[in-house]
Amino acid sequence: MNLSALTVRKAQERLRGGDITSLELTEAVLARIEDVDETIQAYVTVTAERARAQARAADARRAQNGAGGDTGVPPLLGIPAAIKDVVSTKGVRTTCSSRILENYVPPYDATVMEKLNAQGSVLVGKTNMDEFAMGSSTEHSAFFPTRNPWDTERVPGGSSGGSAAAVAADEALFALGSDTGGSIRQPAALCGVVGMKPTYGRVSRYGLVAFASSLDQIGPLTKDVTDCAIVLAAICGHDLRDATSAPEPVPDWPEEMKRDVRGLRVGVPREYFGEGIDPAVEQAVRGAIAQLAALGVEVEDVSLPHTEHALATYYIIAPAEASANLARYDGIRYGYAAQDAATMWEAYSRTRGEGFGSEVKRRILIGAHALSSGYYDAYYLKAQKARTLIAADFEQAFTRVDAIVCPTSATVAFKIGERLDDPLSMYLSDLYTLPGNVAGLPGISLPCGLVDGLPVGLQFVGRPFDETTLLRLAYAYEQAGGTRYTPALSQGASHT
Amino acid sequence: MAENQAEDAAITRAEVRHVANLARLALSAEEEARFQQQLSGVFAHFQQLSALDTERIPPTAQVIPLKNVMRPDAVAPSLAAADVLANAPEREGDQFRVRAILDF
Amino acid sequence: METAVAEKYRTVIGLEFHVQLLTRSKMFCACSAQYAANPPNTVVCPVCLGLPGALPVINEKVIECIVMTGMALNCAIPEFAKFDRKNYPYPDLPKGYQISQYDLPFCIEGHLTLDEEGGGRTIGITRVHQEEDTAKSTHVTADSGERYSLVDFNRSGVPLMEVVTEPDIASPEEAAAFGRKLRQIVRYLGISTGNMEDGAMRCDANISVWPADAPTGNIKVEVKNMNSFRAVERALRYEQERQTRILESGADTRVTETRGWVETSGETVSQRTKEEAHDYRYFPEPDLPPLELAREWVDAVREQLPELPAAKKQRFMSEYDLSAYDAGLLTQSRELADYFEAAALRAKSAKAVANWMSRNLLRRLNESDTELSDCKIAPDALGELVLLIESGAISNRTAQEVFDAMFDTGKSAQAIVAEQGLGQISDEDALEEIAAKVIAENPAAVQDFKQGKKRAVGFLVGQVMKATRGKANPGIVNQKLQAMLRRV
Ligand SMILES: [Mg+2]
Ligand SMILES: [Zn+2]
Repeated sequence: MNLSALTVRKAQERLRGGDITSLELTEAVLARIEDVDETIQAYVTVTAERARAQARAADARRAQNGAGGDTGVPPLLGIPAAIKDVVSTKGVRTTCSSRILENYVPPYDATVMEKLNAQGSVLVGKTNMDEFAMGSSTEHSAFFPTRNPWDTERVPGGSSGGSAAAVAADEALFALGSDTGGSIRQPAALCGVVGMKPTYGRVSRYGLVAFASSLDQIGPLTKDVTDCAIVLAAICGHDLRDATSAPEPVPDWPEEMKRDVRGLRVGVPREYFGEGIDPAVEQAVRGAIAQLAALGVEVEDVSLPHTEHALATYYIIAPAEASANLARYDGIRYGYAAQDAATMWEAYSRTRGEGFGSEVKRRILIGAHALSSGYYDAYYLKAQKARTLIAADFEQAFTRVDAIVCPTSATVAFKIGERLDDPLSMYLSDLYTLPGNVAGLPGISLPCGLVDGLPVGLQFVGRPFDETTLLRLAYAYEQAGGTRYTPALSQGASHT
Repeated sequence: MAENQAEDAAITRAEVRHVANLARLALSAEEEARFQQQLSGVFAHFQQLSALDTERIPPTAQVIPLKNVMRPDAVAPSLAAADVLANAPEREGDQFRVRAILDF
Repeated sequence: METAVAEKYRTVIGLEFHVQLLTRSKMFCACSAQYAANPPNTVVCPVCLGLPGALPVINEKVIECIVMTGMALNCAIPEFAKFDRKNYPYPDLPKGYQISQYDLPFCIEGHLTLDEEGGGRTIGITRVHQEEDTAKSTHVTADSGERYSLVDFNRSGVPLMEVVTEPDIASPEEAAAFGRKLRQIVRYLGISTGNMEDGAMRCDANISVWPADAPTGNIKVEVKNMNSFRAVERALRYEQERQTRILESGADTRVTETRGWVETSGETVSQRTKEEAHDYRYFPEPDLPPLELAREWVDAVREQLPELPAAKKQRFMSEYDLSAYDAGLLTQSRELADYFEAAALRAKSAKAVANWMSRNLLRRLNESDTELSDCKIAPDALGELVLLIESGAISNRTAQEVFDAMFDTGKSAQAIVAEQGLGQISDEDALEEIAAKVIAENPAAVQDFKQGKKRAVGFLVGQVMKATRGKANPGIVNQKLQAMLRRV
């Protein structure tokens, strides 16, 4: 078995046992990238030399801590990671897959990077995404689309498609993504990996390039639930540099997740199984729910009556915030700057007109219109009120159940280009994930079967700061029935 | 009144130009036409929200129930000057250079 | 303006002040707020440079400064306040929006009463809210003729407070008086230097002149670029006259424009409006949770409020029996008032201290362009000087000399008196001896006295003073001479 196929947990054990080094592990991952990334195109930037240096430093640190003794050795020491290119990395360009930031090299690390660096994790590269995290297919990258390792004619989902594909194709042991409306969970589902969006406020957003500030969260994409718990624990915690960061204690998730799920109650929202869901996907999800019931989990029907308004709510609030968040890209302090403009305003407008892709421009226009004089009440304020109702739906449901169980996405991975020309159909890709962002709730997606050889995602959505219950349910399900789904590519056959 | 204005969700070409100007986005004629049509569709979809009775519903701007998050008035080191200017598309000495800022 | 014309119109002025706050760090980051002395772009960080991913965190001191100001301006302090984004792309605004406050500011509905010299009217305060400063741009014309701008972000994110008045101000003079009063208050609170000249305090004015009998006006002008209160007054007077001329000419007068004051030419000029109408698209700042100002906290801030100028002036009048003029003069600044009170503590008569301050100290400070904080005379040293006069140790005339020496050298009055032998002679035996000598030497004067010419005493007192080089206590000399002359 190629070392790059190891889970974080397995790699930890072998590093600890001394039978592999971080450098070997890192070389294996770099070799794997060399091998398959020409096809998958998960990475925007591969930081090979830096990764080797970090791996050597990790090996030295481990040696210094005493052979075999693992007290004080952080769980991610020497583990190669892929980071979505929306997370600020000091000295490593951070593009957001946008032309406007193509050559931007941040002078500072995001808080999550400081945490990973403190653990001694190895950064192998920055992953491709929909430009500024706006999209559900990674086709909106200004550079190239990333391909789904299960079928390279299909999208990996998005916007964290590069991170999901990198993990699915063993091009990293784990990855970080960001989730504003499903951008971790939906690509995790489409690529057959585990992805979690933590509760809003759980992970510091300091250094996460903002798309929609009241919705964005960073989270892990991993090969299994155990790894998800390990990575989540590593990146969480209160941060004084993010005023929306929650001063909540961080549980010992790798242990907590193992607690028996018998007696936990999950709710199946009837609104999620209506029109639009692929019947085969529904079947797979219902099969998983039956398996949960067999484990002693109580299953109930619940209603989230305002679900039908979540899409509109989300697609007003997120672009509105984005229209302000993206105003800073003016070609003055960093980033692309239009050449030969006659006036300052021409330089401004052309920098942005040339620097942003279609989807970003579309959303900036939507957001600016929704906030503009005369429309604010009808759109933005109305959406904020709808947000209250959507959050109240969940609150109501959580008086009866401990978590919501549902599909992550209505369909399996779709063909590249299929939804590109129809923004509304693309937006529908996130129907089951974006209510969680609107309400600020944690959600996890894990594989629950294959349809036509493509992975299906099972999603749990929980109470605020109750990631523990989600991990318990996911871990129990994975242990009982879930096998780790491995794309053919991972077994060595390149789809070219 | 605002609600009435939004009742007809169709976006005009002039409105596309107006918001593009607010957002300082140069658009080609082709883009203007395309965005006009796409935004009209998107805002038509948003119209469904008008059916929601939100008379007594307070707006939610933030989902996290935090308040009074502040820091003490203390100074910490700033960035190194070289880091500040390293990404500048155009600079002159230790300043960022831009086209003449018009005197309004 | 001619009175007849003036009476046909009324002038309505509302003011907006931006005041830089004297905090250690910036509004939303830990960069130093004392940026001015630093080379360009050296007091910046990811937050105030608007780097992708950076986030703001509120400086708690700023909230305290703003709430204090609101209290000093008799505002209500609502329990709930929040921040909003004000969107307008501009090269000096690194995020493309300014974090400000829209519908829920920290302070609302206040008022400020002007001093009698300022007209004595009460001006409504609409609101006091938080803002952040922009970067500084410099305009350059190269030798080639090419014009461009340079941007320095050191000032970006420095905390600003905006004070907005109701359109209650009726004249340019009153506008300037209001500005001076506000400056005095922020200085009393110790929250700003209040200096207009270096931009620590900036004033924009909305002015509209309309027919006295009309309910509202058609000309609405915002005047900017006024760098002193004198400029505020001049610019508004210019504008008042210009608008009156327009009304007099009967032209179609529906105008809304922004005009800039040009100090050198003494006129306002229309500033080409931005190509499109403003639409700031305010919305709640998602990066900052709202503030709930607990009543206990508000009360604690109120406790900390220093005595404000108006109250201090009243107290000086009643407690020290000062005239309104002197009380006003000595409460100009907190430092001056504190100086006065410390000096008065040492002397017997506070009024005498006040006189010495207004006639001598302030004059010398002014002449030598010295700040009170750099003055070599400590308050209790001035008190001691007054005490020496009061005890008769030195004459008023000598005291003048002593004061000048104190001002120049910083030595104590005692030391100067001793060093220069300036002490007043109050020793009755010594004075009697000198008086006897003077009587003997001036028989003519004695003769005059005998013939009832009382003025002769004055001449003889003068002779004693001359003999003692002014150090004799004139009261005692007079008394002695009278007695001795009667005996002759
Ligand atoms: Mg303002
Ligand atoms: Zn800063």
